[in-house]
Amino acid sequence: MQIKSKIYNKTLYVVLCGELDENSSTHVRNELDDIFSKGDFNQIIIDLSEMQFMDSTGIGVLIGRYKKMKSRHIPIFICNPSSHAEKIFKMTGLYQIMPKIV
Amino acid sequence: MNKSNFMEVTFKAISENESFARVCVAAFCVGLNPSLDEIGDIKTAVSEAVTNCIVHAYPKHSGIVMLRCEIDDNIVKIIVKDNGIGIKDIVKAREPFYTTKPSEERSGMGFAVMESFMDSVEIESKNGLTVTMTKKIGENVYMQAGNA
Repeated sequence: MQIKSKIYNKTLYVVLCGELDENSSTHVRNELDDIFSKGDFNQIIIDLSEMQFMDSTGIGVLIGRYKKMKSRHIPIFICNPSSHAEKIFKMTGLYQIMPKIV
Repeated sequence: MNKSNFMEVTFKAISENESFARVCVAAFCVGLNPSLDEIGDIKTAVSEAVTNCIVHAYPKHSGIVMLRCEIDDNIVKIIVKDNGIGIKDIVKAREPFYTTKPSEERSGMGFAVMESFMDSVEIESKNGLTVTMTKKIGENVYMQAGNA
């Protein structure tokens, strides 16, 4: 799993590329925490257009990041999920805490 | 003609093998001409079941995961088995968001995802854990045709 990020207009854009499962979760968790700890931004957009696979381990990783950012009052949004990721997000109610944006 | 086939693999219960397990089952099912959605469902369900073995089955020593896939006509049956500690309360484990490891940021949605993506999921905790899942391939195609 590769992670790309940039800050533009006080928005942190993060692109997750590859597969998010138990095997990659520790790397993704640590990398996101590192990216989220740097720079000046007031919202985060996670772009999933290049994510090839995700299971419920990914939900745990995203909810964990949501909890950390909630304490800093920084909202996280999701964009470009695959139809499959969308299915998991809908069934777990993830969009209630990380809304989908177009 | 009724199509019947099976395959079995055994591998070490480490997370590096999750990707192998789901790709292995997906490749085996390709002959049934599944839709991308169906293959995605199967890969996710396999990943959930294998992850369970890797995360929960062997807390004190390394172990193995046995993966069997059977095809009978257009029904795929997937059996994921370990020789680990099993689950004491299966009813509780099936509840959405229930996890024994909340400190590890586990979502507790593994069985709920399997149930949502497959047609049936049976769990047996006896000499380890055995998860048996089935899915009928081509079901959505028939439904779409029927609705057209």
